[in-house]
Amino acid sequence: MTTVESAVRPPQGQRRTEGEASGKRAGRWRRDKTLFFLALPGALWFVLFFYIPLLGNVVAFQEYSPFLGFTGSPFAGLDNFTAMLSDDAFWKAVGNTVEITLLQLVLFFPAPLGLALLLHSMLGNRLKRIVQTVVYLPHFMSWVIVVAMFQQVLGGAGAVNMFLRQNDIGVLSIMNNPDTFSLLMTSQVIWKDCGWGTIMFLAALVAVDQNLYEAAAVDGGGRWRRLWHVTLPGIRPVLIMLFILRLGDILSVGFEQILLQRKFVGANASEVIDTYVFQNGLMNGEFGMSTAAGLMKGIVAAAMMIAANKLAHRFGEQGVYSR
Amino acid sequence: MRNPFALPPMPPWMERPTLLGRATKGIALTIICVLVLYPFVLAVGTSLAGADELRERGGWVLIPEAPTLDAYQVLLSGGVVTKAAIVSIGVTVIGTTLSMLATIMIAYGTSRPGSFGSRWIVLMMLGTFLFAPGIIPSFLMVKQLGLLDTYAALVLPVMLNAFNVIVVRQFFMNVPNELLDAARMDGATDMTILRRVILPLSKAVLAVVGLFYAVSYWNAFFNAMIYVQPDKYPLQMVLRSYIIEAGEMNAGDLGIASLPPGQAIKMAVLVCAVTPIVCVYPFLQKYFVKGVLTGAIKG
Repeated sequence: MTTVESAVRPPQGQRRTEGEASGKRAGRWRRDKTLFFLALPGALWFVLFFYIPLLGNVVAFQEYSPFLGFTGSPFAGLDNFTAMLSDDAFWKAVGNTVEITLLQLVLFFPAPLGLALLLHSMLGNRLKRIVQTVVYLPHFMSWVIVVAMFQQVLGGAGAVNMFLRQNDIGVLSIMNNPDTFSLLMTSQVIWKDCGWGTIMFLAALVAVDQNLYEAAAVDGGGRWRRLWHVTLPGIRPVLIMLFILRLGDILSVGFEQILLQRKFVGANASEVIDTYVFQNGLMNGEFGMSTAAGLMKGIVAAAMMIAANKLAHRFGEQGVYSR
Repeated sequence: MRNPFALPPMPPWMERPTLLGRATKGIALTIICVLVLYPFVLAVGTSLAGADELRERGGWVLIPEAPTLDAYQVLLSGGVVTKAAIVSIGVTVIGTTLSMLATIMIAYGTSRPGSFGSRWIVLMMLGTFLFAPGIIPSFLMVKQLGLLDTYAALVLPVMLNAFNVIVVRQFFMNVPNELLDAARMDGATDMTILRRVILPLSKAVLAVVGLFYAVSYWNAFFNAMIYVQPDKYPLQMVLRSYIIEAGEMNAGDLGIASLPPGQAIKMAVLVCAVTPIVCVYPFLQKYFVKGVLTGAIKG
């Protein structure tokens, strides 16, 4: 049991003699050991399922053989990377990833902002809450459900095509059209997460100083000018933070979402870096090369995030983490 | 009775909204809500429709004239879907229990500033936001631990989530120190403080985090896809193979003769996968906004 005295922490910056310091350390251990043992299993979990696999990325530099494991497989230098860089499928995947991300940045990123502004401008609270309840719901559906829902409505045998067929208009191929796949993906993301995305914006909108609106109105600013000169500057930090988070994620687009629909539109239209890693690694057993691709992606993503954050600080914004 | 179209009180400087503006807004919001809700209603309606009605209407029914539970009876009378539903429920219940236990332990263990080792453990958790181990190394780890094709592979690799831990830890840290000191004066050990002071005060946040874990276990399909064989598939995987991939659910696979038609059965599977989420949704919604914001700001 801890005594009251040992439970109270000594004030910071107090000078201590050598003997006293080691005594304190022992006391600190005695005081904290219950907490330490409580945290230990969780900490071991993070080592086992996060940090050892992170180190397992050495496979990228090995000619990995499942029988030898990461410790026994021979090193191959950068062979996996050169093999990957000369693989056309890899570059196709990079191209698709960038295309889909950019499309989502343009179409999906502003959508929750628009919806949030619309919700925020509603004066009746009860109605607002009902709409919020409805639009948050799809966020909690799995990708399997989302894709199944899109299929039942827009698929070849779906409700829309049933209607078109009954009226002899012809059939729309939406779910399996490779040319419009990136648009389909974006619309699925919007259906699922647009409502959810409003939460952060709504919180930021509520935090904007009401007096500024009043002052702007007194100065003759109409509702659109207030939107431009008060609301948007007021929520800029949140906008920038979300944008940075999105940049950190720029190379991971809808892995599960694509995995579910890859068959319908073919690899050419839908392969992205994550699915390339999955297909080559787990399906074709090219562990080294696909880990190399995954590693490269991870490094680029972390670098993008740090760079974007630096840029945000340069412009005097807070960013995701400080300094 | 209050006029539902009456304007609520508003600040004097604000322009009165025009009728046109209000109408446009109302129409936009109605369209958005319909777009969100239509697929859900369509799935429920079709799953409840009888064979004749489906044939007559071309396969999709929004509101059935003579609702019947035949499709659900077929599903729940044994066979693939029943098995998968049991797997899903088992994984969700056991997984959530383990996750909560581990989350509470690590969150409490690191919640006293400056305690032994806590700084390193917290940094380790924050590190998970910046890097990701990647699919292949994670798969190799699970394989090396001998978890392939076990139910444990559906729980252990996703047991903890740093984001959830940080939200809970933040909440524990906000419990006033005076309260803890008072408990210590009365001779409470750290374990007693956790049980008798911290946990009772944190019911709300624990409920939210528990629901988040439960939803993610229920919705997971990728781990099942790579780690286990079809006989251990959860509901989401069955949904994927019978509805998204095959398109046509074979009555033979369900161990049942035909009738009612495949369409209703397929939609019944979809409804089974959606229903638990919709049931916990009101509880989720009550708290999640707060949870998301705390995590985003403090994490």
